[in-house]
Amino acid sequence: MSGAEKIAVRVTDIVPLNELVTRFRFEPVDGGLLPTFSGGAHTVVEMRDGDITRLNPYSLMSDPFDRSAYTISVRRDDAGRGGSKFLHEKVQIGDEMTVSNPVNLFSLDLRAKKHLMIAGGIGITPFLAQIKQLDRAHGTWELHYACRSEALGSYVDYLTGTHPNDVHVYYDDRDQTIDLDTLLDGQPLGTHVYVCGPKGMIDWVRGKAHGMGWPREAIHYEEFLAPKPGKPFEVKLALSNKVVQVGENESLLEAIERAGIDAPYLCRGGACGQCETAVVQANGEIVHRDHWLEDDEKASDTKIMPCVSRFEGKTLVLDR
Amino acid sequence: MSKFEFPPSIRSRPVWGTLEARAGKHHLMIADADGAEAILGIATPDLMAGAHVIYIPRGASHADALRALNPAQFYEGPSYPAAVTRIERVLQDAHMGLQVYLTGTEGLMGQAMHLAMQAGIPHTAIQTEHRGSVARRMQCVHCKGITEDVETDPFVCGHCGLNLFVRDHYSRRLAAYQGVCIDAEDPGNVPEPKGIYE
Repeated sequence: MSGAEKIAVRVTDIVPLNELVTRFRFEPVDGGLLPTFSGGAHTVVEMRDGDITRLNPYSLMSDPFDRSAYTISVRRDDAGRGGSKFLHEKVQIGDEMTVSNPVNLFSLDLRAKKHLMIAGGIGITPFLAQIKQLDRAHGTWELHYACRSEALGSYVDYLTGTHPNDVHVYYDDRDQTIDLDTLLDGQPLGTHVYVCGPKGMIDWVRGKAHGMGWPREAIHYEEFLAPKPGKPFEVKLALSNKVVQVGENESLLEAIERAGIDAPYLCRGGACGQCETAVVQANGEIVHRDHWLEDDEKASDTKIMPCVSRFEGKTLVLDR
Repeated sequence: MSKFEFPPSIRSRPVWGTLEARAGKHHLMIADADGAEAILGIATPDLMAGAHVIYIPRGASHADALRALNPAQFYEGPSYPAAVTRIERVLQDAHMGLQVYLTGTEGLMGQAMHLAMQAGIPHTAIQTEHRGSVARRMQCVHCKGITEDVETDPFVCGHCGLNLFVRDHYSRRLAAYQGVCIDAEDPGNVPEPKGIYE
């Protein structure tokens, strides 16, 4: 079975935080303890919506040391493929669901002398768990959190209430922006920077830090890509000898799974590299959308990350 | 003359690089002996305006050439141990974006790298370039004493007097290679010492 190990859980609490974000609490069905995790980890939530099965990754935001439950906060994306809408609209307290063991692709580097966290919008969630972990370890950190408005600032009150000196909040609708040059310039040696938020913010922080001479190893980022809808296309799977139609609203990986093929995956967001698949033939254009492949690999069209990437053209044959 | 092609070895052996000027406001350059030549090779007025050069000549005569580069700060010292408190102080006050350049003998680069790592710089982000002597800083695995500038294999431990075989097994923490007793099974049966790379 591909992916991390599965856990049967029950939804025990659903808390709307604001217009867009709702928090879900999962407790194990068997009444036992959940695996512990480290701050920054995500879980892949299985959503059975009629004929469609969606597997979406969400950052765990609860205390990593609390093994009684996992909590996630989900931002509703009306333009997305329906995973977040399903959670918001269909899931009820008491429902049984399946989540994966935690997987961490955005862990703290515990060699850091100081952790500088930069969050945009719903990108706050992994930091909530990391902050709990660091507080236990008496770690040094500060958080700079940009949100659209006070009304949409999930967990602002909680964060500023518990850590008034370490949390700095910026509201877009008040034209408040992070003064990144000054922020990065004065950091003591041994500081690591972590950024989670929209792609523009991640690129901004990575670019600035790199330009100011920060080592690559001290710059951490996480951006889950939701697979984007696109034109339907056909894929031939050479090893399984199957031809699969990929629908407008499903990912290539999901279509492969629907055909009964146990393809490898972990993050389902273009970051971890597990689902990397060799391209046997591509008569058309591969639309690469992942963060995993190098630019030259993307240009050569010899590999594809089926969790987020698509194809436009005549024939695509994969070594799967 | 000052560049040496190290033969291929085990993975534990450090691989030294070639210095290049990198982006950053502050540049800490630590060199001994012919390591000065590597700094001279990358120096530009812009780079040196933000550079703190710490140089241990060990008999070489590059100090004036380095001083002529007009680094923001220049220190010339008699030995590496004499420079340690200064290096520690520079690292303690430094901010992210500091670039570290180490060049010269393996003993100097290894020890300065250890200090920079302790200050929180990932070792992969520290630049190095070997120049000059290929002598090694050796730790006797038996008595744990460090013998500096070992040029022959085998050699006699400067602390406990055992005859030690020079291994390529390196410790980043100790900034030293391992020396292991070569005649433990058959005391007195010691091969004729020769140069480490001969």
